[in-house]
Amino acid sequence: MITLDNVHKSFGSNKVLRGVTLTIPRGESMVIIGGSGTGKSVALKSVLGLVTPDQGTITVDGEDVTRVERDAFLARFGMLFQGGALFDSLSVWQNVAFRLLRGSLKRPKDEAREIAIEKLRRVGLKPEVADLFPAELSGGMQKRVGLARAIAAEPEIIFFDEPTTGLDPIMSGVINELIREIVVEMGATAMTITHDMTSVRAIADKVAMLHDGVIKWTGNVADMDDSGDPYLDQFIHGRSDGPIEAVR
Amino acid sequence: MSVLAPVAAVGRGTLAILAAIGRITIFTLQTLGHMIRPPFYFKELFQAVMNIGYFSLPVVGLTTFFTGGALALQIYAGGARFNAESVVPSIVAIGMVRELGPVLGGLMVAARVASSIAAEIGTMKVTEQIDALVTLSTHPMKYLTVPRVLAATLVVPALIAVGDTIGIMGGYIVGITRLDFNAANYINNTVDFLQTWDVTSGLLKGAVFGFIIALMGCYYGMNSGRGAQGVGHATKSAVVAASILILASNYLLTELFFSA
Repeated sequence: MITLDNVHKSFGSNKVLRGVTLTIPRGESMVIIGGSGTGKSVALKSVLGLVTPDQGTITVDGEDVTRVERDAFLARFGMLFQGGALFDSLSVWQNVAFRLLRGSLKRPKDEAREIAIEKLRRVGLKPEVADLFPAELSGGMQKRVGLARAIAAEPEIIFFDEPTTGLDPIMSGVINELIREIVVEMGATAMTITHDMTSVRAIADKVAMLHDGVIKWTGNVADMDDSGDPYLDQFIHGRSDGPIEAVR
Repeated sequence: MSVLAPVAAVGRGTLAILAAIGRITIFTLQTLGHMIRPPFYFKELFQAVMNIGYFSLPVVGLTTFFTGGALALQIYAGGARFNAESVVPSIVAIGMVRELGPVLGGLMVAARVASSIAAEIGTMKVTEQIDALVTLSTHPMKYLTVPRVLAATLVVPALIAVGDTIGIMGGYIVGITRLDFNAANYINNTVDFLQTWDVTSGLLKGAVFGFIIALMGCYYGMNSGRGAQGVGHATKSAVVAASILILASNYLLTELFFSA
C-alpha cells in the first residue's frame, strides 16, 4: 500500500503540492488525473524519491520512503516514462534487460536477453526488434519497449507517466489494454498519471483528481460520472466553464 | 536605492560565482567518492576510453602536427636574429612536451569531449533518461560521471604523449624540408636536450586537464536546463569552463613544477 500524507512541495515560489493525501491499496490501479502543471508528475516522482517533499510523509507498505534502503526499495518498482526514456546508446533488448544486466538482480547475459525478448513479445513486439536501437522505432513501439522495461524485473508496483501521450487513438487503445492486462496478470499495484479520459476508463480501479496542489476527489472509476464534484465534472467533460480556470 | 544598485549587482554576481564554485566542488567530491565505492561499470569505462581517447586522436594529432611545424618556423625566424637557429629542435621538443602539447591538446579535447558529454547527459536529463536510471536502481553519477571522468584522466595523458610525438615530428619535417637541417642532427638535438621531467610534467598536466574536461562536461550536463536551449547552454558552458580551467590550472601547474 502506498500512502501520501499531507505532502507539500514547492519549486521556488511555485507551490506545486499543497498537502496531497492519498492512499493506494495493494493490487489496485489508481489513476491520478488533473490539468497540466497541477503536480501529478511531482507527486509520482516524490514516491520514487526523484523529488524530495518539503513536508509530509510518503510510505510504501508502512515504510517511510526517505528511510528505506534505496536499491531494495527501487527494485520493487517499474516505471513507464512519458517519452519512453529509453537509453539511446543501448539496443532495445539491453534497454529492456537493463536491470537484469547489473546490480542486485543481475543475470547471465543470455538469460537476460531471453527474458527481454519474452517481455517484448508480451507487449506485442517481435524478437527482431531486440537488436534495433530506440531511434529506429516509432513512438508507439518506443512506448511498448518502455512498458517491457518497466515489467522486466516483475515489479510489485508499476508507475505509468502519461502512457498514451503522443500516440494516435488506436495505438493509445492498444497501450491502455496492454497496461490493464499486465497489471491484472501480475497483480501489481499501479499508479498512473494522465489527462486522457479514455486511459482513465481503461486502466483505473480508482481515480484521484488533483487540482491546485490537493486531491479534490477520489473514488471508484464507476462513480466518477456521478460524483457531483464540480472540479471532476468539469475535467472529465472537458468544459471550459467551471471552478477550474481555463485560460484562453 | 539607485546609488546602491551597482553594489548590489556586484554582490549578486559574487554570490552567484561563489555558489557555482561551491556546487562544482561538491560535485567533484561526490565524483571522487563514487570512484572508490562499488559498483564499478567497466563496460561504460571502456566505451568512454574509446570515445574520449581513441576517437580524439585525429584532432589532437592534426593540431600538434601543425603546431610543431609552425613552432619550428617561428623559432628559426626568431633565433636567426641572434644566430641561434640551431636551437630549433630542442626548443620545439621542450615547447611541445611542456606546454603546447598538453595545453593545445587539452583545449582540443575540451572542445570535442566536454561538449559531447554535456550534450549527451543534458539530453538524457531532458528526456528523463537520468530519472529512468534512478528508477532502475542505477546511480547516475556512478554510471555516467565516474566512467567518463576516470577515462579522461587516464587517456588524455596518453593522447598528449602521442600529440607530443606528432608535434615534434611536425617540427622535424619542417626542419629538414624547409630549414635545411640534417635529419640525424635534428633527432640528436631533440633527444639530447629533452629531459624525462619535461615529458612527465606534460603528461601530469594532461591527467589534470582530462579530469577537468570530463568533470565539466558531466557537471553542466547533469545541471542542464530544459529543452534544446537548456542543452545548448549546458554544452557551451562546459566548453568555456573546461577551457578556462585548463588555462588557469596550466599556469598553476607550471608554477608548481618549474618555478625556482
